[in-house]
Amino acid sequence: MTLVTDFVAPACNKRKVEASIKLDRRAFLQAALAAAAAGAGVACSANGTPWRFFTVDEARTLAAISDQIIPPDQDPGASWAGVVNYIDRQLCGPYQSLQPTYRRGIAGVDQSSRLIYGKAFADLDAQQQTDALRRLEDGQAPGEIWKKASSSEFFSLVIDHTMQGYYGDPRHGGNRDGVSWKMLGLPYPPIRGRLRYDLTKP
Amino acid sequence: MKRMSPRHVNAVVIGGGAGGGIVAKELAEAGLSVVLLERGKWYTSYDDRKDDLRNQRTCVLGNSFGPDEQRNPRVVVDAKGQEYIVHSNQGAYSNNAACVGGGTLSYGAMAWRFLEKDFRLRSTYGSVLGSTLEDWPISYSDLEPHYEKAEWEIGVSGDDSNNIFRAPRRRPLPMPPLPPNREHQILKPAAERLGLHPFDLPMLRNSVPYNGRGACMRCRWCVGFACEVDAKCGTQNTVIPKALKTGNCELRSECIAKEVLTNDRGRATAVAYFDSDGRLQEQSADLVIVSCSATESARLLLNSRSRLFPNGLGNRYDWVGRNLQGHAYTGAAGLFEQETYDDLGPGASIALCDYNHGNPGFIGGGLLANEFIRLPYQFAGLHAPGIPRWGAAHKDFMRRFYRRSIFVMGPVQEMPVFDSRVQVDPKVRDAWGIPVVRLSGHRHDNDLLGTKFLSAKAEAWLKEAGATTTIPFNWISRDGPSGGQHQAGTCRMGNAPQASVVDKYCRVHDIDNLYVIDGSVHVTNGGFNPVLTIMAIAYYASDNLVKSWKGTHGRA
Repeated sequence: MTLVTDFVAPACNKRKVEASIKLDRRAFLQAALAAAAAGAGVACSANGTPWRFFTVDEARTLAAISDQIIPPDQDPGASWAGVVNYIDRQLCGPYQSLQPTYRRGIAGVDQSSRLIYGKAFADLDAQQQTDALRRLEDGQAPGEIWKKASSSEFFSLVIDHTMQGYYGDPRHGGNRDGVSWKMLGLPYPPIRGRLRYDLTKP
Repeated sequence: MKRMSPRHVNAVVIGGGAGGGIVAKELAEAGLSVVLLERGKWYTSYDDRKDDLRNQRTCVLGNSFGPDEQRNPRVVVDAKGQEYIVHSNQGAYSNNAACVGGGTLSYGAMAWRFLEKDFRLRSTYGSVLGSTLEDWPISYSDLEPHYEKAEWEIGVSGDDSNNIFRAPRRRPLPMPPLPPNREHQILKPAAERLGLHPFDLPMLRNSVPYNGRGACMRCRWCVGFACEVDAKCGTQNTVIPKALKTGNCELRSECIAKEVLTNDRGRATAVAYFDSDGRLQEQSADLVIVSCSATESARLLLNSRSRLFPNGLGNRYDWVGRNLQGHAYTGAAGLFEQETYDDLGPGASIALCDYNHGNPGFIGGGLLANEFIRLPYQFAGLHAPGIPRWGAAHKDFMRRFYRRSIFVMGPVQEMPVFDSRVQVDPKVRDAWGIPVVRLSGHRHDNDLLGTKFLSAKAEAWLKEAGATTTIPFNWISRDGPSGGQHQAGTCRMGNAPQASVVDKYCRVHDIDNLYVIDGSVHVTNGGFNPVLTIMAIAYYASDNLVKSWKGTHGRA
């Protein structure tokens, strides 16, 4: 079951578009994810990153934030479900105007984290990450960046986009394998026309 | 060089939604030549991709049925006077849809008749401070045959025989209700224990094969989506195809109306519009019918300025765009121990009219009904008491309660407010260079009383049904104008030209061949989803149009 629809050409990374046209969508995604996992830049990116918009470090930070918002337990968490991929893709599509917000916001999270713990956000332990995000949520996060921008607004935005990427339709690059729908007990892939073909009855 | 103009026709109808689709068909069947202009596209029922994040209700990634987010800005003025540019996927925009069928392509399709009192609120409750509350110039009985025609021609399923509050009807609904879903089975005995009067709510949806189309297959993606089996009945799959079949009606989609042109005798002569290639065209006609929705109809009239009509058409007394109403939506969510979810769409199934009138301490009221299926992302935004917005506890909440929750919702009848209004913005223009809608104003305090009352009643119903926790919805604030998908009221129907825009037949008071036929003419908007009333008014007004039609160039 492939819920692949027309590829939204990212306007912000031209070399990426060319690469994506050569590969089919799924193969391209797998390549990108594999590259992300390896932490290595791939040749198709102008800025040495497999992502459309994020740098490798930004993606790592965002993955850690999203895994605090929807942590892995008996069901996979946000980063496994592809939430970073979802947000990265939308930032080169409908959310293009939010690119500066993300660039500044993720830098702000790491800045706060370094000021409090001396480490990047992704390198903190789980409890420290939760505490750091609570400060962000309450508008108490330290750092130059949050003197000019609202940390709680940024965090609310990331919460919302994480929910979209995890619980929304897989076609947009998140909710890998319909993981959240399976978690909620929704038939996936959906059974169309179930009135006439009710598979729940023997 | 003389520009080529399309052939003169008897009537041009602007807007192929609930109202315009019906008018086009009625006039075409009566033998008039008709051009139906629609700014959106004509989608087939297979064009919708059932996208949880991009549809007409959840449009975080855009609208599926327009208008597009780039070319159609609006201006909203907040309570402090600050102006904002908004786009069609933002809530403050008050978007409905831009496509053939209008809102009826993707609506939830509740098919309510207003009650008799809804047409005479002023005589029932008296005048209201801060509101332009008025009776309609027509009564329920004027519309009754036309409600019936809408129910049978467009197609309604349901059974309101248990609704003791309903207004009299001559014929029952043409289709039986869909079998009850689990929420219905849980809510019905609870309502009866409370002494209320639950019934199968009416829907513009095939429960059985009807009008050559199949029955609802009960999928999860209903409100906000087009039906891929075409079981949802809108004007795009009923009257508009019928209109085209007569051979008298031409549908021109992706045409953006710019203004209605008038001559020096003060009659409407033509519509200037941009065709799908962006070229300015003029369609001349004997009759011009504006059916663009409450926001866009007002905009078109206000943008149609000339020497005789310096403030726009029908606007001699500054009433066009005033009294913008929608519904003060409210309700509650209930969380249950038992499973309530059975994946049987559309979800909404059972309703009450016990709270539409006669409530203590405020005017009017609204229906209560269980809600359409909540898709997972929508449910993730529910703020339950004690549950954080994020983290393990939120995920656990989703896992535990997504299949164990019922939402009961209702539209509270709003008091019309003179300053809640549509204007055209002096600075901002759309991609075609046409001045855009400017929304401003506030709600009446009565709306807030109504929502408080109705959400408490929703909680009581859910508690009786076994909810362990209930969460009241308090979304409505006094600030900002109403509107939304139930937008109405901006071209009020009335007998006095000084205090309304159209007469009781939807004809603009001082222009005898210009009509507004859509939700704009509603004096008040009922405690119900308004679409069946818009359809009934379209049949009623068309009936009069056809009867009074005296041929081309005759004074209609």
